[in-house]
Amino acid sequence: METLHNAKVMNRFDLTKRLVAKLKDEAVIGGIGNSNFDLWASGHRPQNFYMLGSMGLAAPIALGFALAQPQRRVFALEGDGSLLMQLGCLSTIATRAPRNLCVILWDNGVYQITGSQPTPAATARTDFVAIARASGLPQSHWAADEAEFESLVDASLAGEGPFFIGVRVDSQPAVAQPERDPSRIRDAFMRGVGSKG
Amino acid sequence: MAEAAMTWHGVITEVLRRSEVRLVTYVPDNVLRPLIGEIEADPFFTAFPVAREEEGVGIVCGAWMGGLRGILLMQTSGFATLANVIASLPCAAQIPMVMMVSERGTLGEFNLGQALVCRTMRPVLDALAMEHHTVTRLDETEFTVERTLRQAFATQAPACLILSPLLTGGKTVKA
Repeated sequence: METLHNAKVMNRFDLTKRLVAKLKDEAVIGGIGNSNFDLWASGHRPQNFYMLGSMGLAAPIALGFALAQPQRRVFALEGDGSLLMQLGCLSTIATRAPRNLCVILWDNGVYQITGSQPTPAATARTDFVAIARASGLPQSHWAADEAEFESLVDASLAGEGPFFIGVRVDSQPAVAQPERDPSRIRDAFMRGVGSKG
Repeated sequence: MAEAAMTWHGVITEVLRRSEVRLVTYVPDNVLRPLIGEIEADPFFTAFPVAREEEGVGIVCGAWMGGLRGILLMQTSGFATLANVIASLPCAAQIPMVMMVSERGTLGEFNLGQALVCRTMRPVLDALAMEHHTVTRLDETEFTVERTLRQAFATQAPACLILSPLLTGGKTVKA
């Protein structure tokens, strides 16, 4: 099993751009804070949902969406502090096992947006990929480097999920933020994924 | 409505089906057992438990944004965990996230904690300006549930249906 400690520390914005470059009509749920800020900065797509509050709910939102639109793939971009708040959702995802869902975990070990305080998981050296596997998601892997991140994304776009990709990232702040208008973001997303308009 | 459906849980199951609410997430509750049982037995519904009520809010919101109507079932103490996510997701983004809460903490409650946390539910709903109705009578159940669902979806507003022990019998122990 790969371990957290062998994974290269990469850059979230760089990897978000690499992800977005591979996408066509897939939905992406960007979690609170830098996860959705970098998604926005990577170039707005109509199929992006930028979650501004409700910390910890990017993966559950993506699960609900995956059940609603089984023909469309959906990515959840979630931070380590956020996932730590809602670890139970990994068991729920494993139970439903949506083939079209991929959770990408940006693990920088800190609550970056509140002043980079270390998370309890970082202090304890908690392995999120091991948690995901133990929760019933066997297709869970740490990305060792940028090339492996890309190959894991490619595999999630081609194969049957659910997938979980753990990525160690640095603490570079986001370079841009979406407009903070939740109902407008929600409306644009729904039009982008064909459930409205 | 068919004679066989004339239990509170039968009425609610039929109204959910008629209202095309296919996704039912829940945190298990003893009083809701017959409702959950009927829904789980009906292939019309996709129904499953979640680990925590917050998670159910996310799932129902994500499903609705994808074109699938859903509902979250829980008991009073579970509702009390939700103020932040309700405010910041369905209220802020105008998502018709409908909740159904089995009311504990009143009319014969035996657990002091339930009795105390129950007092926070309606003030929180009122503070968030959320539509909420308490269902107390079988003969009003169909109308109240159906109209609440209809309004939530038509106005893209979250809503909460509270099932009183007057309707369900509640949960009691001998004193």
